[in-house]
Amino acid sequence: MPEYTFRVNGEQVTVDVPGDVRLLWVLRDILGITGPKYGCGINVCKACTSHLNGKAVNPCAIPVEALQASDEVTTIEGLAATSGQELHPMQRAWLEHDVAQCGYCQPGQIMAAVALVRRAAAEGRAITDDDLDGLRNICRCGTYFRIREAVRAGAADM
Amino acid sequence: MTAPHDELDEGIGRRRFFGYVLAAPTLVTAAGLVPAGPAASPSAAEPPARLPAQDLTELIDLNDLMTAAALPTSGLISVEVRPDGTVSFALPRAEVGQGITTSTAMLIAEELAVPLDRVRITLADARPELIFNQLTGGSNTTIATYTPIRVAAAIARQRLLETAAAELGSPVAGLTLKDGVISDRSGGSVGIGALADKAAVARTRQVSVELAPRQSFTVIGRPHNRIDALDAVTGRKKFTMDLDVPGAQPTMLCRPPTINGKVGSVANLAEVRAMPGVTDAVVVSTGVAVRAATFGQCIDAVRALRVTWKPGTAAGKSDESVLGELRAAELPLGLRPPTPVVEGAFTFYFRSNSALEPNCAIADVRPDRAEIWSALKSPIVAQQAVAVRLGLPPGKVTVHVTEGGGSFGRKLFFDAALEAAEVSQKIGKPVKLMWHRADDSRQGRTHPMATSRVRAAYLGGTVLSYKQRHTSVATDLGHGLGEIITALAARLPVGDIGFSQTFFHLSQSMPYEFGASSHLLSETDKDFNTGSMRNVYSPDVACARELITDQLAARMGKDPYRFRHDFLRDARSRAALAAVAEAGGWGRSMPAGTAQGIAFHSEYKSVSAALVEIDCRPETVNRPIRDGVAGPRVTKAVFAVDVGLAVNPRGLEAQMMGGIMDGIALALTSSLHLRDGYFLEASWDNYFYTRQWNTPPELRIIVLPSTSDEPGGAGELGVAASMAAVACAYGRATGTMPTSFPINHGTLSFTPKPTVPPVPPSPADGLDHAR
Repeated sequence: MPEYTFRVNGEQVTVDVPGDVRLLWVLRDILGITGPKYGCGINVCKACTSHLNGKAVNPCAIPVEALQASDEVTTIEGLAATSGQELHPMQRAWLEHDVAQCGYCQPGQIMAAVALVRRAAAEGRAITDDDLDGLRNICRCGTYFRIREAVRAGAADM
Repeated sequence: MTAPHDELDEGIGRRRFFGYVLAAPTLVTAAGLVPAGPAASPSAAEPPARLPAQDLTELIDLNDLMTAAALPTSGLISVEVRPDGTVSFALPRAEVGQGITTSTAMLIAEELAVPLDRVRITLADARPELIFNQLTGGSNTTIATYTPIRVAAAIARQRLLETAAAELGSPVAGLTLKDGVISDRSGGSVGIGALADKAAVARTRQVSVELAPRQSFTVIGRPHNRIDALDAVTGRKKFTMDLDVPGAQPTMLCRPPTINGKVGSVANLAEVRAMPGVTDAVVVSTGVAVRAATFGQCIDAVRALRVTWKPGTAAGKSDESVLGELRAAELPLGLRPPTPVVEGAFTFYFRSNSALEPNCAIADVRPDRAEIWSALKSPIVAQQAVAVRLGLPPGKVTVHVTEGGGSFGRKLFFDAALEAAEVSQKIGKPVKLMWHRADDSRQGRTHPMATSRVRAAYLGGTVLSYKQRHTSVATDLGHGLGEIITALAARLPVGDIGFSQTFFHLSQSMPYEFGASSHLLSETDKDFNTGSMRNVYSPDVACARELITDQLAARMGKDPYRFRHDFLRDARSRAALAAVAEAGGWGRSMPAGTAQGIAFHSEYKSVSAALVEIDCRPETVNRPIRDGVAGPRVTKAVFAVDVGLAVNPRGLEAQMMGGIMDGIALALTSSLHLRDGYFLEASWDNYFYTRQWNTPPELRIIVLPSTSDEPGGAGELGVAASMAAVACAYGRATGTMPTSFPINHGTLSFTPKPTVPPVPPSPADGLDHAR
């Protein structure tokens, strides 16, 4: 079988798997990185949201063969390290606002929020209600309002 | 095992509770899992002769029934103090996001005077000796466990103090226990961890204890963050599919194109077995199972299978045909009285009961035993059902209850555990079985479609009578909750009317002084996979009731808030309603096309009220949303709740927030469309649960001061008043009372995905959407 090499959470990994297997399953079923969750498999629920070179992506829609050796995949497990702190400011905001209920969607929510704040910052602006309305991650527990509060708080500390 | 009982200590006027110090190497204390108080005294509910339909909730409500069910059968629940100073407790309930591990830790921290972060809560494996007392449902967990857990913890505290007295040479009366350390007056101190072994006993003994009075609480009643929050935000929280059970490889099923269809024949099993990563492909009772190295390869294999299917249980049925069945099954409202009446006929379409975590389970079945891992709200029934399916004695089936990624009633059923067990037995290997989202949408449990007909008669300023006839596709209660009710039905004044009727009567109350009131349920059609979705009948029943209440107010020329306030039965209810009216600025002037709505609901020994503001102007309704629906926007929600005693106000707020989001979805956007025997919706881009763009940007939840020494239920409470308030607001904003829910059901807002193959392909363009 072909081998694919890329970086995950600061470490280089090589996996022996058919190239069309989506990154979500490579992370979860082969590498045992279970923070990104399955919720739909067709890139609509966003529960698997992770970062590729700092931008939000959905591993359920990325064949592993699409990755380059230099590509850096960051999952929720590796987020804190990108901030050089024990917890990323967004994770701290999430704790402060006690956002999670069942917690299943929350890794994806946090990764999407961090990417959103980075995008807005790159555009030199603050987070707006429209930005928050544009977060597509589903939370079936309905924690949306606390997510909105936490994103604003996390943005202030990023 | 005897049920724990309490008695009034005449000397000090305070109740003492009995429990046990159990023989163990470390300190283990226990109590029977039965709450105290009037709820545990079914004899108090002995009714005078009266009509069954008269408001049964006045006599005994569903929680009383579930509580009473535990009386003769309860086993013990135990608190263990460990040498490292931590306190452990295995909760015989399912944590699915509702926050009961946190509230349970708070109860123990309160009575044992240990810091919350030293309390370790796990979920108990299936414990058949608990009989009906390991079922998570009816918002009953806190009601049923509040006293027994505290008793067990208080006995541990008492035993630790006795042991410390001997260690420190000080009388118990001179000792204080704080933050897990016992100190005497002369400066001596010892940690509870150091006492754990010494406090242990070699022979189980019964002891009695007093509980901390409410006035002295320092943990209960104060807001606490969830104890699993750090794990949740770091990705460390483990759900079933995250567990590493040796050999349990990804497994999925190829499912039929219609509801509950069966496999006829498979043309290419050998070919699929030879696909990359695939280890097994086998026909089972619900479809064709495939096991592979990754779930991605399972999806490919499911899509490659060529299966001939037999028709399902709902062959040919559609929204229209089921509506016809419901209308035919509606019970009559009786003769129209000579007085003026307000009438309404409402339709509620099927809704999906899926959580975000799909239906899933791990099974490792060996010839002589089986082990199951799954988030199960009725693990004892699951254990028994799995044993029957496998032909094993129940004692040979171990069922581990994992933390669930949401439930909303869904996890009362154990379909995935049964399937996983069957597949594992058939192929002789462990399996990690997961439903695809499309499976969950199309073959999963639903909130049944229903109609509600209401007639209220009035004269002058008096409502003379209120009749509601609710007609529903049958709700499947065959997961254990039903057995409780069946087992106790003979004790109730309703006679032998079956448990769904009983459930309906026990959960539906009439909060208003509307004269002679009657609610009747008629059920029809058992062809669908239904379940007790969060708040069960109440969101629909309350929505219809509150809309008619607005109509009554209008006929009498009264303001909807004042009208409700005047007709509510008690001060506690009025306080909740007044709280939202005041905090939400009821009656403020609003632009055309926008309006406020207000509604009330009481259940689970709790009361709640919601005030919402909605924007139904075209520019809002038609705002562009990609792969989703916009529709009217709830711009503000204010919710007041009185659960008697709120153990964790922050968790309570979270549950109300979730209930509001559910209520918005039920009123406006979320439904399943039935056509040709299958549901058109196959994923979250078809099924429109509330999203950020539907979320009220302004939200306030008011936890009213405790009005009781006993907690009421909360997990489902928020849905009914929220749905009703949104419906009422929509009616006031548009000038027309809505009668069909969700209001957008008539518009199909997506292109249905194919049913063969049953799951959509995984997209490959993820890199194009990096942002």
